[in-house]
Amino acid sequence: MNLNKIRKDVAVVGAGMTIFARRLQETGKEMGWEAAKMALDEAGLTLKDIDAVIVGSAPDAFDGVHKKGEWLLDGAGGTNKPYMRVFTGGGTAVFAPIAGWWHVASGMFQRVLVVCEEKMSSVQPHVQSAFAHIWDPILDRPLKPNLVWIFAMEMQRYMYKYNVRYEDIALVAVKNKRNAVGHPCAQLADPNITLEDVINSEPMALPVRRLDISPPSDGASAIVLASEDVAYEHTDTPVWIDGVGWCIDTTMWTNRDLAFPKFVAKAAKMAYEMAGIKNPRQEIDFAEPYDPFDYKELQHLEGLLLAEPGEAAIMTREGKTQRDGEFPVCPSGGLLGVGNPIAAALGIKIGEVYWQLARKAGPRQVKKDVRTGVAQAWGDLMQFSSVVVMRRR
Amino acid sequence: MRDVVVLGIGSTAFTSQTPEVNWKELIYDAAVKAYTDAQIDPRRDVDSFVTCAEDFWEGFSIFDEFTPDQLGAALRPMMTVTGDGLHGLANAYMQIKSGIANIVVVEAHSKISELLTYEHVTELAFDPIYERPLSAEREVHPYYVAGLEMNLYLHATGTTEEQCAFVAVHNRRQALMNPLAPYGARIGLQEIFNSGYAFTPLKRWEIASRADGCIVFVLAAAEIARRLTKKPLVYIEGIGWSSESPWIAARSADAGYVRRAAQIAYRHAGITDPRRQIDVIEVEDRFAFKELQHLEALGLARPGEAGWLAQSGALGRDGELKVNLSGGSLGCGDLIEASGLQRALEIVLQLRGEAGARQVPNARVGVAQSWRGVPHGTGAVAVFARRD
Repeated sequence: MNLNKIRKDVAVVGAGMTIFARRLQETGKEMGWEAAKMALDEAGLTLKDIDAVIVGSAPDAFDGVHKKGEWLLDGAGGTNKPYMRVFTGGGTAVFAPIAGWWHVASGMFQRVLVVCEEKMSSVQPHVQSAFAHIWDPILDRPLKPNLVWIFAMEMQRYMYKYNVRYEDIALVAVKNKRNAVGHPCAQLADPNITLEDVINSEPMALPVRRLDISPPSDGASAIVLASEDVAYEHTDTPVWIDGVGWCIDTTMWTNRDLAFPKFVAKAAKMAYEMAGIKNPRQEIDFAEPYDPFDYKELQHLEGLLLAEPGEAAIMTREGKTQRDGEFPVCPSGGLLGVGNPIAAALGIKIGEVYWQLARKAGPRQVKKDVRTGVAQAWGDLMQFSSVVVMRRR
Repeated sequence: MRDVVVLGIGSTAFTSQTPEVNWKELIYDAAVKAYTDAQIDPRRDVDSFVTCAEDFWEGFSIFDEFTPDQLGAALRPMMTVTGDGLHGLANAYMQIKSGIANIVVVEAHSKISELLTYEHVTELAFDPIYERPLSAEREVHPYYVAGLEMNLYLHATGTTEEQCAFVAVHNRRQALMNPLAPYGARIGLQEIFNSGYAFTPLKRWEIASRADGCIVFVLAAAEIARRLTKKPLVYIEGIGWSSESPWIAARSADAGYVRRAAQIAYRHAGITDPRRQIDVIEVEDRFAFKELQHLEALGLARPGEAGWLAQSGALGRDGELKVNLSGGSLGCGDLIEASGLQRALEIVLQLRGEAGARQVPNARVGVAQSWRGVPHGTGAVAVFARRD
């Protein structure tokens, strides 16, 4: 990476997000357009002003449509435009904006639209069946694994290695579901949820219980990115993408360190280097790490170098990661509270950091004055991470 | 402005089936060749990796999981583009232009011989409510769309079926000179007609057979590449991509997706008179008529003219336009998402002067074009050049 060569700075100038829920009435195309229109409206743009479109969506198996990117094309506003779909599993939520970043930073385009859509309710009886085909056909599939038990194993390893208590992990679910109360798109907001509710929820594959997991969901999110040359034409409060990073670990999950996510740390270091961040704990004001399971928020905070291994659980117990705490984490309500339509989590991660930094988060606005935020997503089979550092100037 | 060059290329041969290797080994094979050609160590020198793949072609739900190891990309920045090889090249190009990477590897492959239900998977690419029942419930092969598009093209331009058949004759013959190509053949116009209508007016032998293979490109910032190699540098002067409406009923007769993609690529490359400025041309020809349609969309022939050029022998090594000297998809096989990189590979070989028996003397500027196939209107165009 040669920082002197970054051609154009890139800003988020608008964002949109649909309600996250089971949405049987709408197609993926329709949800994509709903979110895209919101983002365009905020930036005061129409499709005519958009030079290129980037789309993100997780496995084609959800919809049973081959080349799903091509199918979603008109809903995302890509007709007769340069149109690109990138795919890094669950990491797509934060990766599609990174692809959008280089579309603009390279100098090729001035205004691009990034749309992420997911419709998981089409899979019957449950979306878990689509995940039956993400495994190595020879080594893994005969074991008939599913995601809940694979993550139970990872959670177990994390708790064992860093001596983390289940009760501290469950507090993440409580915090995020309460945070989501202020979010207009939230699926599982609950102002009254308690630690006992999580601990007493149905065991799925111990130590994972039902309320430790984010729900499958339908929804879409979108952002408009603009080059430094035009950003202020569209908003007074552009939020700049100052650092991007991504990293993938080996396919062989049995060979990986399941307690500490090295690939998250590598992606974070790449993004921090680009953003000129030397001491992330001091220079970053709040974080939106990926939290499809409550223990993942903790593990990701540690991977993002915002806590020592095992420390994130203590920070949670001490209330530091609350919205009004000294280091707010998932002020949006996260995937646990707002919902988890895989790629569409763009709106909870990049979208939330944008709204917080532009001071447009309404009732979710964090108390302290925030200038630098980090968003992260995690994908594939516990192996990929994308990280974005954003700033207000 | 940072320039982007091709530092290394690697390719397997293309064949109708590859039972001797699995897909990871196929990719590894091409990757090792590319790294050797570029004289780099992927674990040390490469900043970012790109794979071009679609889940359903591969038989996985999240194929991105399976991409890193065979390229040497574990614990490195790596991504999947669900698009053609040229779409992957475009992302690598932008990563280098933006400054975030100096050396980027792009891989695209086809292991399509392992897919036993090709037409049923292709069927799944149609809109499930409005379009899919047209073929699925009637058990019609989804390539009927290609027949309809050919009909539209013939009517719009006055091109004849015979002119289209010339393309198949030429490309299959041209493939005899390409050691990578499996489908070289010396066949005549009459044999194309005798092959019969597959999807009227499209004839059986005007359809490219599928093939397995893998191609890997190493791209680099020009200032870095100059330090690493003494080989002639091939610059990517411009790259563009575009998609038209996904609805088959809205498909254009003139391959508007290529026209728009070419506008972007030509603008960056400073191409104002493509017919005069471009020395070698590789266009997508999964169906013979597509070569003609795409040549016109690239501005290399006027609408309706490409057929006459084919008929008069102007599209060949000895003709005015050096088109698909690699044999194209008809000769090399339909390499699915690797088709675009196969085109780019031929252009780079030509510009480097490494194209062997098919070498065009003093080739300095080349264009590669891709199309993602039935039922989509998505394509990309890349312009390559020597500057020395």
